[in-house]
Amino acid sequence: MSAQRNAPILQVQNLTTSFRTDDGILTAIEDVSIDVHPGETLGIVGESGCGKSVTSKSIMRLLPTATSILSPESKIMFDELNLAHCSEKDMRSVRGARIAMIFQEPMTSLNPVFTVGWQLDEALSYHTDLSKSGRRQRSVEMLRLVEMPNPEERLDEYPHQLSGGMRQRVMIAMALCCEPEILIADEPTTALDVTIQAQILKLMEDLKTRLNTAIILITHDLGVVAQVCDHVCVMYAGRVIEKGTVREIFHTPQHPYTRALLESIPKSGRREHGKRLPTIEGVVPALNNLPPGCRFAARCSIAEDQCIHNEPDLKDHAFSGRPVRCHIPINQTTAAAGSKGQA
Amino acid sequence: MWNYIVRRLLYNIPVYLGIILLLMALLRVGAADPAYTFLGKNAEPGDLERIRQQLGLDKPFLVQYFHFLWDVLTLNFEQESWGRPGRTVGEMLSTAYIPTLMITVPGLMITATISICVALISAFNRGRFADRILMVAAVVGMSVSFLVYIIVGQYYGAFQLKEWVGTEVFAIEGFDMEKNGFISGWLTYCALPVIISVIVAMGYDTRFYRAVMVEESTKDYMVTAKAKGAGRRKVMFVHMLKNAMIPIITRIMTTLPFLIVGSVLLEYYFNIPGMGNRLLGAIADKDFPVIQTFTAIFAVVFILSNILTDVLYALVDPRVRLQ
Repeated sequence: MSAQRNAPILQVQNLTTSFRTDDGILTAIEDVSIDVHPGETLGIVGESGCGKSVTSKSIMRLLPTATSILSPESKIMFDELNLAHCSEKDMRSVRGARIAMIFQEPMTSLNPVFTVGWQLDEALSYHTDLSKSGRRQRSVEMLRLVEMPNPEERLDEYPHQLSGGMRQRVMIAMALCCEPEILIADEPTTALDVTIQAQILKLMEDLKTRLNTAIILITHDLGVVAQVCDHVCVMYAGRVIEKGTVREIFHTPQHPYTRALLESIPKSGRREHGKRLPTIEGVVPALNNLPPGCRFAARCSIAEDQCIHNEPDLKDHAFSGRPVRCHIPINQTTAAAGSKGQA
Repeated sequence: MWNYIVRRLLYNIPVYLGIILLLMALLRVGAADPAYTFLGKNAEPGDLERIRQQLGLDKPFLVQYFHFLWDVLTLNFEQESWGRPGRTVGEMLSTAYIPTLMITVPGLMITATISICVALISAFNRGRFADRILMVAAVVGMSVSFLVYIIVGQYYGAFQLKEWVGTEVFAIEGFDMEKNGFISGWLTYCALPVIISVIVAMGYDTRFYRAVMVEESTKDYMVTAKAKGAGRRKVMFVHMLKNAMIPIITRIMTTLPFLIVGSVLLEYYFNIPGMGNRLLGAIADKDFPVIQTFTAIFAVVFILSNILTDVLYALVDPRVRLQ
């Protein structure tokens, strides 16, 4: 984890994204700040609707321009460029070339009417000076890199001729073909079955070390996080509520939500007979009906009066020095998940 | 692919036999005796007999059926028209389809081109001012009756324009392509009906094409293309348009058979001796041989254009395999 000591290549500061809707302007994510360091994997975790995908799409500026607004204070510093407010032309030179993205649904993310080769070639044609044959050669190399069997033949096939795992490999090959500094993976394994999931994760890990690409991994699967992430950022209802290294988050969660998330993972070999798996009661509050206080208060087991009336800030925990957004953060050295204290 | 086409043609043989069976049955069930219907209540028994014999109506139904099938198969359209004695069905129809095609073919091509372009502009500027104006225009355009366009078109396009210019620019009767050469003939007799047919179809088509394009624009692959660094134009005109062409082609293809029938209303109001007008006349005259033959030919055109649609479908959509 030496990579962490380097200066971050991407600094997201106070990112606030709102949408124009029929109910007025709704803020989907508020004040999100994250740092991405070269060669590290940052996991963004949270349940559905908490703003993970909006965060990633805001960074790539892939949200519909007509309905989405990035607040003026939002800063997405990538080198000297503020991606939040740079021109579309600058953005285009970044997209695919320096920051690439893969998506949740490999079945629909590839264009069905163009061949795999055409789609790889397209990505290369935007950002490299390679000749047509050079691009083809590079496409084959990339497919080989993502362990695609018979890469030459695959180039002339259409997406529907490939399985889900294969398509995700093509997506990864396409994303990495211009050797981006950052790869944003938005739930890359959610739609795949478990064995393929493991293969894809391993592939991403290998490529990360090989190409020294930083990865932002968006997922709701804590198992995946534990497996591949260096740093974790937990989100809830559009807010970052806790940040830390994967070890810290799993061993000493400080936010009650993080702890509840960890408790709701089924654990093999440690089954407590007769006990139901703990769950988090209730749902994420709707964006047009956010509570005045802590957004998690209604579902929190230890909420107090102040939690219901005042929203806590994201501030460093007195004990660990890690940022957490909670009035009464859990102060403990032995983890809720039951592992031995290692803080 | 040829394999597929041949197979489809073979599959459609029973379909076609069924269509002819139904057609002949319906023509004979509706009016117990077509000859009687044609000649009226006071027909002489001798005339009735003659006309029945001419079409073989006195023979058993099955014999008539195979007889008619054989005529269609051997392209034998030598039966005499009842409405215009002395002319054969073949003559009636072969002279009618040219004027029809002169209106329907340019009409379809112009409509498709313009409405796809307008839909693209609209979808590209989705939600913005240009899009709203175009869609309001499309709704207004499709809400006005066909007849209103014909009346207004004839009044201003033919009558008023003639007063104003001094000579006849667009004519609404006396269809004659031979008189001043093809181009000037076409402009005089066909241009105005073509313009009207384009205006009528534009509203519907533009809205449909725009809806298809907007739908495609929300697909995941569009985001992927953008994430790769593609510009807005490339995303719209390459990624989206090729996908949108699948439903667009289907829609255009479903109108192909109607190229042959033409627009009954337009031909009627502009006195164009085309298929639509002929068919209308045949129905009014109870011209049994013409109706029967026309319908049989139309069914062939319909089946062929369905097969053509499937073949084209496979050409644009790699997921469709012809097997």
